[in-house]
Amino acid sequence: MERRSSEDTGTVKAPESRRQRKKRSKENKTRTVHANLLYDAANKGEENPNRHYANNKIKTTKYTVLSFLPKNLFEQFHRFANVYFVFIALLNFVPVVNAFQPELALAPVVFILSVTAIKDLWEDYRRHRSDKEINHMDCLVFSRAERRYVEKYWKEVRVGDFIRLRCNEILPADVLLLSSSDPDRLCHIETATLDGETNLKQRQVVRSFFDLDCEFDPLKYNSVIECEKPNNDLNRFRGYIIHRSGRRDALYKENLLLRGCTIRNTEEAVGIVIYAGHETKAMLNNNGPRYKRSKLERQMNVDVFWCVIILLVLCLFAAVGHGLWMFQYGDKRPVFDVLSPEGTDLSPIMSAIYLFLTMIIVFQVLIPISLFVSIEIVKICQVYFIHQDMDLYDEETDSHLQCRALNITEDLGQMQYIFSDKTGTLTENKMVFRRCTVAGVEYSHDANAKRLAMYQEMDSEEEECTSHGSTLPRRDSVTSHQSARVVLRSQSTKSHRRTGSRAEAKRASILSKHTAFSSPMEKDITPDPQLLDKVNDCSSQMDFMRFHSQPMSQLPSDLSDTIDFFIALTICNTVVVSSPDQPRHKVRMRFELKSPVKTIEDFIKRFTPSRLTSGSNSSSSSSLITNRSSNKGCSSLLSSPSAESTLTKLHEERSCGGLENAFSPVPPCYDGKASWNIEEGELRYEAESPDEAALVYAARAYKCSLVGRLPDQVTVELPHLGKLSFELLHTLGFDSTRKRMSVVVRHPLTDQITVYTKGADSVIMDLIKPPNTGNSKGKRQKKIVCRTQNYLNLYAADGLRTLCIAKKILSQEEYACWLQRHLEAETAIQGREELLFESALRLETNLQLLGATGIEDRLQDGVPETIASLRKAGLQIWVLTGDKQETAVNIAYACKLLDPEEEILTLNADSQEACALLLEESLHYIQAKFLCSSADQTTKAFHSSFAPFDLYPSSSLSSSSSHAAPFLVHRLGLVIDGRTLAYALDKSLEDRFLAVARSCRSVLCCRSTPLQKSMVVKLVRNKLKVMTLAIGDGANDVSMIQVADVGVGISGQEGMQAVMASDFALPRFRYLQKLLLVHGHWCYSRLANMILYFFYKNAMFVALIFWFQFYCGFSGSAMIDQWYLIFFNLMFSAFPQLITGTLDKDVSAETLQQLPQLYVNGQNSEEYKPYMFWMNMIDAFYQSLICFFIPYFAYADSDVDLFTWGTPITTLALFTILLHLGIETKTWTWMNWLSIAFSIALFFTVALCYNASCPTCYSPSNPYWTMQRLLKDPLFYLLCVITPVAALLPRYFYRACQGTLFPSPVQVGRQLDKLPADTRRNILSLSRVKVGSPLSPKPPFLSLSKASPKGCNKNDQRSITGSKTLEATQGHADEEKGRSCLSGPTDSEMHLSDLYTLVPSDIDTLPYTKDAPQPAEELQPPSTKVSECLDKTLEPSDVSLSGWITSTPLPTPADSVQLNLLPDGAPQCVRYTRNSEERLKPDHAVHPAHRTEQEVEQQLHTKL
Amino acid sequence: MVKQEQELDNRPDNTAFTQQRLPAWQPMLSAGIVIPGFVLIGLAFIGIGVALFVTSRSIQVLEIDYTGVAQDSPCYRCSDPDTKNCVCTMDFSIDTLFKGPVFFYYGLTNYFQNYRRYGASKDASQLSGDLEYFKNPSSDCSPYQYDNDKPIVPCGSIANSMFNDTFKLYQIVNGARKQVPLDGKGIAWWTDYNVKYRNPSVTPLRNAFNGTVKPVFWSRPAYELDPTDPANNGFINQDFLVWMRRAALPNFRKLYRRITEGDYAEGLPAGNYSLEIAYNYPVLSFDGEKKVVFSNVSWMGGKNEFLGIAYLVIGSLCIVMSIVMLIVYAKFKFPEED
Repeated sequence: MERRSSEDTGTVKAPESRRQRKKRSKENKTRTVHANLLYDAANKGEENPNRHYANNKIKTTKYTVLSFLPKNLFEQFHRFANVYFVFIALLNFVPVVNAFQPELALAPVVFILSVTAIKDLWEDYRRHRSDKEINHMDCLVFSRAERRYVEKYWKEVRVGDFIRLRCNEILPADVLLLSSSDPDRLCHIETATLDGETNLKQRQVVRSFFDLDCEFDPLKYNSVIECEKPNNDLNRFRGYIIHRSGRRDALYKENLLLRGCTIRNTEEAVGIVIYAGHETKAMLNNNGPRYKRSKLERQMNVDVFWCVIILLVLCLFAAVGHGLWMFQYGDKRPVFDVLSPEGTDLSPIMSAIYLFLTMIIVFQVLIPISLFVSIEIVKICQVYFIHQDMDLYDEETDSHLQCRALNITEDLGQMQYIFSDKTGTLTENKMVFRRCTVAGVEYSHDANAKRLAMYQEMDSEEEECTSHGSTLPRRDSVTSHQSARVVLRSQSTKSHRRTGSRAEAKRASILSKHTAFSSPMEKDITPDPQLLDKVNDCSSQMDFMRFHSQPMSQLPSDLSDTIDFFIALTICNTVVVSSPDQPRHKVRMRFELKSPVKTIEDFIKRFTPSRLTSGSNSSSSSSLITNRSSNKGCSSLLSSPSAESTLTKLHEERSCGGLENAFSPVPPCYDGKASWNIEEGELRYEAESPDEAALVYAARAYKCSLVGRLPDQVTVELPHLGKLSFELLHTLGFDSTRKRMSVVVRHPLTDQITVYTKGADSVIMDLIKPPNTGNSKGKRQKKIVCRTQNYLNLYAADGLRTLCIAKKILSQEEYACWLQRHLEAETAIQGREELLFESALRLETNLQLLGATGIEDRLQDGVPETIASLRKAGLQIWVLTGDKQETAVNIAYACKLLDPEEEILTLNADSQEACALLLEESLHYIQAKFLCSSADQTTKAFHSSFAPFDLYPSSSLSSSSSHAAPFLVHRLGLVIDGRTLAYALDKSLEDRFLAVARSCRSVLCCRSTPLQKSMVVKLVRNKLKVMTLAIGDGANDVSMIQVADVGVGISGQEGMQAVMASDFALPRFRYLQKLLLVHGHWCYSRLANMILYFFYKNAMFVALIFWFQFYCGFSGSAMIDQWYLIFFNLMFSAFPQLITGTLDKDVSAETLQQLPQLYVNGQNSEEYKPYMFWMNMIDAFYQSLICFFIPYFAYADSDVDLFTWGTPITTLALFTILLHLGIETKTWTWMNWLSIAFSIALFFTVALCYNASCPTCYSPSNPYWTMQRLLKDPLFYLLCVITPVAALLPRYFYRACQGTLFPSPVQVGRQLDKLPADTRRNILSLSRVKVGSPLSPKPPFLSLSKASPKGCNKNDQRSITGSKTLEATQGHADEEKGRSCLSGPTDSEMHLSDLYTLVPSDIDTLPYTKDAPQPAEELQPPSTKVSECLDKTLEPSDVSLSGWITSTPLPTPADSVQLNLLPDGAPQCVRYTRNSEERLKPDHAVHPAHRTEQEVEQQLHTKL
Repeated sequence: MVKQEQELDNRPDNTAFTQQRLPAWQPMLSAGIVIPGFVLIGLAFIGIGVALFVTSRSIQVLEIDYTGVAQDSPCYRCSDPDTKNCVCTMDFSIDTLFKGPVFFYYGLTNYFQNYRRYGASKDASQLSGDLEYFKNPSSDCSPYQYDNDKPIVPCGSIANSMFNDTFKLYQIVNGARKQVPLDGKGIAWWTDYNVKYRNPSVTPLRNAFNGTVKPVFWSRPAYELDPTDPANNGFINQDFLVWMRRAALPNFRKLYRRITEGDYAEGLPAGNYSLEIAYNYPVLSFDGEKKVVFSNVSWMGGKNEFLGIAYLVIGSLCIVMSIVMLIVYAKFKFPEED
């Protein structure tokens, strides 16, 4: 019964809902869900209000059995080429114009269409099967008839059904959680299938059902749920539940369990289905692979268009020719003329028109029908090979590269700009606690640093280890879990043990990969002894005070700060604690069942003083307020919280902990230290972000461990004090605008309402309560702030991620006041996010700074090498990060993005005008520097004076053209912060910004928002017309990834959003090197060559027929049999090119990686330039001339018949085409040989069979026995020898000359491949030393393509790769390296070498003294700089203003040019920024900007 | 190790194929290979070219144009389309022995047998003797499908335009005309005669043609094409078969007879000859020319010097290229090699 009705409801939905949406779009923004049970029995679901909602049956297939053919054909005809070919095939059915047997002409089209159709069908069938499998999974649905949960298929689940879920079950639909077996009314889910995050997420039972102590009974449910329409936002769910009593309770995303997730750690849960089937969030998020068109394909389409034009020209030519030919006979009817069927003569014009159409049919091959199919096949193979590459496989995570976009592989070989995220992309996103500052005292954690250095060593050691093929025994994963960790623990303390340790660490990391962000490196933190002492001190004192009932406020403030600091680290997060060995048995340290404050009554109830003294009193009052429901125990569904439960709670409380607070007495629940330690060892922290985990682990190292987190309570274990339960009042989650998170707790010791805030230092520092300098406490505060800021700058300089920890104590009144509005915000349905945001802003003010932490985000393996090699490959690398400038710059240095020897332009501006001025200055500077460096070269000067304003098209990037040099030579780095970037991206400034940016070797954008990231990418892509690649790992990179030509996601730590948006997903950044340099290069060169070859092949074949038209009165006759004509492309010549297109390697992978310069080949589209198409066309016409006229003259004046003459021509063309491919094939594997042999064999077999099969068929050609006769004719063989040779002679000669005399870089690379391995290694290492020297900003081989008369040949690759490169880059001739190739550099080389040598050397002697408002030329040694940095940058809010002039630590003395505008523009700027800040945080009492320079100085004085 | 691999499900196969490490031959276009290669090819081609050229030179060809456009031509009289059953005689002499076997061709120029619609205008089924198609010829033959509602057999333009000049060759021996016996057997393809074209298995043959008419241009029906040899009639008439095999190019020749018999088995001796032509076929309407060609053949077919020359040219080109490359190579490379 139920089953039937469910099927009925599903289908009606679509049209109806659409109509409704049109009519009542406003009302219909919500969806109302009733329980099905109310309607099922009564009238068979007809009145069920849920009947319009989609049922849970999913169907992802595109076709049904009936609709397949029409629908698939319809889809295929979206491709224009298919329509064209069908049109031509159909044209054959018109008798006057037909050229071939109509059925035969259909064959290729049908073949192509059916190949695609079969592929589609197969895919659809697979989808169907998986749909079926999913639809037939079981789940428990409550049946009213049977009054119990019955097993049903997923597809029978409907909206409004009650579902019971058991542990490890997968959710069949989006379900609102109504009940959970968990005593905390929680349900844990794993969302790995949705977002790839493996940590468990907590979901909460809807508040109204919170207090049910026994099983949820669906029959008693009678509420109505109103919620949003289905949408694809996984992180949002809004709505409310309306009880019969009329009470409304808000619903949050925490109440919703999403389809596809897995229930974990929860015995059983019950929920009501809200969205089903295709309306679930998971399904709505499921969009198929993206279709992008690659650059190569765009170029190809242009040439296809040219082919069409050539085709039309040929046809027109033939038509005119035919008209004239007819015309010359006039009235004299030649005996061979054929009248029209009616016996009348056709006029020349009419026959010309008919002929035009006929010719289109005959020449149709010119538009390669199989090209599109072939390209698809080749791309699929390429994707397969990329997938299969061992080098792109990450053993640690058992993941390999994923190609999500199947059709842009060749774009990988043409990239020019890389935009990279920093965190998680360049770095591991494995946050390691490094140092911290507490109350203005720095704890450097030296031991910790040593430990980390150990890991580094182990890393390098491990590489050796694996290269030896280490065969370390693996322990069984389950049992060794603990032991492995123990080993690691001992390791971290005993830092001398090295052997095998990395392998162990790795194994452990594999084992523990189910726990998010907890590699051993992150977990084991060696505490700083001083700080540890302090913590111990502090807690023992507190213990003492508690024992003696002294108020906690008497604690010395530095001690209280210390303990607060660690408490904040421990609780100010969303980390979930679980214990790995018993997944179902969660660590429970609950002493009191209390929900977060959700109502005002709640607040009053809890925070009235009476409650603290008299429990019974409060309980009675609370029961008065809330309890109206019948006291039926479990079924008191709508009361919240029920009086009974409150009472019991309070009793528990009293019996357990006494009246004061929730502070737990140690003995009863606490089994002594020994057992506790074991338990602690088993605790696992599952964090949403790695920073959080790192901090929690850090706190644990100081014995401040988080032992349990519940929605309303956090339990912390402190030394001496034991377990403390903090009542969690609110959690104000992290968001990227606020850049901070806060928790509001009630402190168990002081019983104060405390706000702990953790966030980016820039925001927190602004929110610090300005200390009252009057008293000593205030002075101390100020000192702390100053010192902390100094240390923060130091941390940033070390490349650490900094976080500030602050707290605030709220009075009851303040809290009540805030709570009032907060609750309003929480219950609002419209604009709830904004209101909550504002509410958070109101709370997070006047903070008291506790301290700061420095977390290290380690660089991923091989990042500097990868960046260096990508840069050598001519790629511009920009890093766009949300991190602060100092951190970003330091990471940039660490990963060799910025070079200590290069100048840094820093752009920090606070207004549009300032930004414009800065850009102007930078341009002047670049120009001036350039003019100086090449003053003697007038041409260069000319270029430079225009260059920065001139946006050359992409071709100017070509390395060989000297005029592109101004952009690339500058050894400059550009650093720009987010605010300045916003100004620079303005329409009026973007050109100037680009001009500056592109003259710099590296660009670093800090503090940039996701939107800015994508704007930068878009700007560069559109304005510079370059190919861009964006790589990132987090949700904040998604927009950038989508905008770029190729988006790459790092599939690692931070969820799957970036991967979902990307075209390629890599496990690690360093794989980018092989992906681009090797696979990109190969894919590009293979495909480019294949496409060119295709055009050539078809043109060559068609031209043969065209020449024949001159000898058959332009009548559209063909000497090539129609079978050959039609199947030539499809069968005879198809396979070799596919093999070559898939397998050909112009240069070996090793050489490509060692000589990244070869990548320039693809960047400049050197394999497929527009002229190459025409060269190929000309070559095709030449070859076809040869193939036509050699047989023509050989058979002239003979009695040869049409097809006996035409068949050799076909054969010759085939040989020529195959040999042509042979010339273009660089590597011959057995598959190439096989495919060519197969092609030839296939042709002869088909020809022989065809010519022997039917003596009377195949009108009009009927080539019966032709091939057989030809094979007996010696002339045939003579033709077969000479024609291909004659046809290919020019091309071969050209290639031979090029290869021997003027080899292109790629050819040099190929020659390198041929050398014996050790010689090659020598040469490469030699060249790497030179090529890879940091002084080479530009790829070598600059002059090679210039075909210098001193060109090198195969015998001195050494000089090519080695000394020439050197010549070009360094200018210093390396005489002793045995270079003999060049007796002296040619002119062009001279230019270049001059450029290179002059630029760096001139910098030092060229102080930048142009009329910038405040040019800051830093030439101090770093040591003084650091000290100065400490002094100067005291004022936190001025960081952005004064820039970080002084805070750039450079490993070696270097020139850095700071272009910061201060004096004149400053006041306005300050006001400007302040205004914007004001708008953002209206409650902020004191503005940082009020602090004047004087004050800063004052501070300085006080400090000193 | 094995265990480890089992755990890593996604690990790619480490084979030469998947890792793109298949052993491969990399032809390197270096001077050391290219130059000797060019020389070798060049020498070989020159060798072949010389052989072909010499062979070709040994072939004797005699062409006689009998279109009769020129007024002094004996056939001028016959070239007027209005004259019927015109016979003209061309005299010629041979200086040396024309070595046998001599092939006797007729040639046409400017004649587009490869014209598309002309080529399609036949009925292969009819020509293979299918009586069904005698009554209903294929529409391909149109407009030579029916003549006054009677089916044309053989239908179509190709058959209709069959060449119908006939030749008789006489040697003038002491003023007397001695007919040279012409062998008309085996001039068509064996497969055409035995497989592709078949007469209907009706005896006598003419009965098969009941109810059909001969092609418009024909003077005699198909079953009477060769009155001298009953086996040479219908669709397997040799001349008909030769005609039906369409020429590739507008200037072509077709084999008419072979001179292999009697006194002329060794070839045509030197002397005077007279060719009697029954001039029927109109060519002036398309500016065509008609000619007869006597030729003997070698292993590589008829006289054609082109191929030999082509081989020689290409061969020399290869040599030249190798020399050019050698010079360039020597100039730029050798100094650096020491």
